[in-house]
Amino acid sequence: MGVKLVNITKVFPDPHHPGKEVVAVRNVSIDVKEGEFVTFLGPSGCGKTTTLRIISGFEYPTEGEVWISGKLVNNDPPNKRDTSMVFQSYAIFPHLSVSQNIGFGLELKGLPKETIRTETERIMAVMNLTNLANRRPDQLSGGQQQRVALARAIINKPSVLLFDEPLSNLDAKLREQMRLEIRRIQKTFGITSIYVTHDQGEAMTVSDRIVVMNEGNIMQIGTPFEIYSRPANRFVADFIGRVNFFEGTVTRVKEQGISVRFNHGVEREVASCVQTVRPDEQVLVVVRPESLKLFSKGSAHKGTGSNSRPVSERILQRNPVQTNALCGQSFLEGRIDKVVYLGSVCEYEIDTGGEKPVLAVTHNPIEEGFFQPGDLVSIDFASISAHALPQGN
Amino acid sequence: MVPSRSSRWAREIRFLLGDPLLFIVVFLVLSSLVVFILYPLARVVATSFETPKGFGLSIFLEVLNSKYLLQGFWNSIMMSTLTAIGGSLIGYLFAYTISRTDIPFKKLFHIIAIIPVVSPPFIGAMSIIMLFGNNGLITYSLLGINNYPIYGFRGLLFAQLITFFPIAYITLRGVLESISPTLEDAAMDLGGSRWQVFRKVTLPLSIPGIASAMLVLFIETMADFGNPLILAGSQFPILSVQAYLQITGMFDLPTGSALALLLLVPSVTAYILQKYWVSRKQYITITGKPTTSVIKSVHPVAKWGLFGLCLFMVMLILLVYLTILWGAFANVWGTDNTLTLKHFQYVFGVGFRAVLDTLTISGISTPLSGILGMVIAFLVVRKQFPGKHFMEFTSMLSFAVPGTVIGIGYILAFNSPPLVLTGTLAILLLNFIYRYIPVGIQSGIAILRQIDPAIEEAAVDLGADAKKTFFRVTLPLMVPAFFSGLIFAFVRAMTAISAAIFLVSSRWNLMTVQIMSQVESGRLGAASAFSVILVGLILLAIFVIRAILLYRYGRLGGKLLNI
Repeated sequence: MGVKLVNITKVFPDPHHPGKEVVAVRNVSIDVKEGEFVTFLGPSGCGKTTTLRIISGFEYPTEGEVWISGKLVNNDPPNKRDTSMVFQSYAIFPHLSVSQNIGFGLELKGLPKETIRTETERIMAVMNLTNLANRRPDQLSGGQQQRVALARAIINKPSVLLFDEPLSNLDAKLREQMRLEIRRIQKTFGITSIYVTHDQGEAMTVSDRIVVMNEGNIMQIGTPFEIYSRPANRFVADFIGRVNFFEGTVTRVKEQGISVRFNHGVEREVASCVQTVRPDEQVLVVVRPESLKLFSKGSAHKGTGSNSRPVSERILQRNPVQTNALCGQSFLEGRIDKVVYLGSVCEYEIDTGGEKPVLAVTHNPIEEGFFQPGDLVSIDFASISAHALPQGN
Repeated sequence: MVPSRSSRWAREIRFLLGDPLLFIVVFLVLSSLVVFILYPLARVVATSFETPKGFGLSIFLEVLNSKYLLQGFWNSIMMSTLTAIGGSLIGYLFAYTISRTDIPFKKLFHIIAIIPVVSPPFIGAMSIIMLFGNNGLITYSLLGINNYPIYGFRGLLFAQLITFFPIAYITLRGVLESISPTLEDAAMDLGGSRWQVFRKVTLPLSIPGIASAMLVLFIETMADFGNPLILAGSQFPILSVQAYLQITGMFDLPTGSALALLLLVPSVTAYILQKYWVSRKQYITITGKPTTSVIKSVHPVAKWGLFGLCLFMVMLILLVYLTILWGAFANVWGTDNTLTLKHFQYVFGVGFRAVLDTLTISGISTPLSGILGMVIAFLVVRKQFPGKHFMEFTSMLSFAVPGTVIGIGYILAFNSPPLVLTGTLAILLLNFIYRYIPVGIQSGIAILRQIDPAIEEAAVDLGADAKKTFFRVTLPLMVPAFFSGLIFAFVRAMTAISAAIFLVSSRWNLMTVQIMSQVESGRLGAASAFSVILVGLILLAIFVIRAILLYRYGRLGGKLLNI
């Protein structure tokens, strides 16, 4: 049954220009299946939080319909909706203890004290909160407050759990821990969940599907894989992860993919395309930095040790796909401009004479070695990792 | 499709009708504000334009042609302006010393500076008479001067500065403490000298606060009644006293109303300036982690200079209050200073009715006023409904309307049907409740702004309706603010004089009014004994309320809201 939004639009009065209005959400429709975990992802002000507040009932849509568990709830206030929210600020009642906070929803339902106690204890056990039962909220760490907020939301057994950037107040390490925790709890209870964040790593980790929003509009709905590797438009490609864009013209349309002649003259196969294109159409080809293969062409300076050179033969052995690319003309050539060594990976900016540097990433630098600034490289990619967007999209 | 302004209004009304409880509360509050604040004011305006030949300006022309009455207007404006400037200057220096230097006796200085705020405003005037008047301790007994001319401009300005600088001090101390010391550290770090840091950082950041304090002092001095009644004398007429004398002395309601209107206009203008212009200019210091900075930005010479100034002000306050205390025990002040308890015997005998009446009236009106204030604060901060701005403006207006004006308004409005209340307990209660709601509203608004709206949303999200959310979550969080607001409302009710003097009767009397009439009949001993009892009761009440707060909420302390 899940949650269904049909053509939701929300208009607010503009706080900066009295009498004028701003459209916060425009024509948003989505069908969230029961037990599904869907994330709304986008830059601040994209309308994701407003959408969440419309689902929870704290905002009423200017237009459109909100369906929860097959029931039209447009005119129901938040307390009549079968949703529970985990707030960004946690919103833990400062005058109540941990167990009183968690049991608050059941108390409102007028359940007997004994039931409330056993239910609260059960949830606290699941959430590892048992030893904190009598603590005051101001005696809790950020992660503990977060767990109390989640426990308080779950105990009501809502049909839908809503999360409003719940991890944004935690430090990086705890954030990564908690997002796995949230996913675990959600799977345990099988509750349909809608999650709002601006952190793409978070969205990729927890979601079944991601809704990318910008300026009130839905830009794409898809699985984390689709969103990252097959973005629907330039905004999504640019917003999620880092990206290289190469411009070109379609030369041939085949059953699987297309051929593209790039503006610098080289022709390559591109495995996927957003929509059907015709020959001679202008396209923008998206290739992720880690999909680019780098091959040494020598060094502009001398004296660097051999261990800082990737052994191209070894790459050839492991990736026979690239033989084709190497046999012919390389896709691009350039000079390593900047190197960022991050431990597990190495990031490069490569000057190829274009407007923007080309971004590339190599893995396992300890074993494979890595390039130094000034090294000359040739660059190529496999057709499977290339994705075309019609120009002007 | 974009909804227009009118449809938003329609939506608010529909929303209001969809929540019957909210609708009823809003309706009751709005209509009571109209009846007990706006209607009396309207009657003052109407009466001052009422002439035997119908509506006209003749009364105003009369006032403008009377040199004596016009003099009162200008004297009031001048006295208020000087008190505003002088009081704010002293208050700022005092606040700067307390918050930015490490002088000794800081805590003690602070407590002494607060005394005038929690005591009747006319104590300054009384004490000055006892010190510098005909039988004055200093002028007559010490210096042997007969008939030192303390009445008039000089004496009154002195009394007003002593009475009102502490208000500026409290406001400005808050302002200075909200300016992060890190900003001053940063300015010094960038090479600024101590004086440059003050000139270019601290002072500019405090300017809006100083402007605000000046306007508040202007309003308070314009409205003040007790000090000028005792000290101004006939050579230096003051508007609020003139209005009172027109009505109680000459039974001339129209002229009294016209004077009240003249009093109202500058006060309300200053209030509007303060609320809609100065308060918008307040700086909000953006800080990361709160920092405690070692005090170092004041040069030792400046520090001891400031210490000297504070010590002088503190000594003056002590002198004023110790004089009253001595006066309460002195047989005949100035001529026979042997100690006696006869004044207290008088207060606990003949005068005890007034003590009981005062306690009854303050005891009933203060909590009611506090609750009403909390409700209005809640509605204004958290709810959307038509008439919201009207509600906020009207309820806060009582702060700006001089007591004399509202007192005259009440006798005009409630002396004839439909509501005849003259001489009853009700008229005093209603007057006190609606006069002191701004205190409750201010502390209510302050606390609500601190409570994350998400906390209330969480309750609604978990299934609580509006009523349950308010009683189970919002109210418990507001209680500490409610009680601390109660302290100030109680102090104000206990020390009220300017409006109440029109409303007391033989059945219901007040200590403050008793004190005034004792002073007027020259019985300074009885007046002092009354004052001592009054201040004692206030201190006792403050102590009790604080003890309750500490007992109930002590373990939560200030941390209650820091989540």
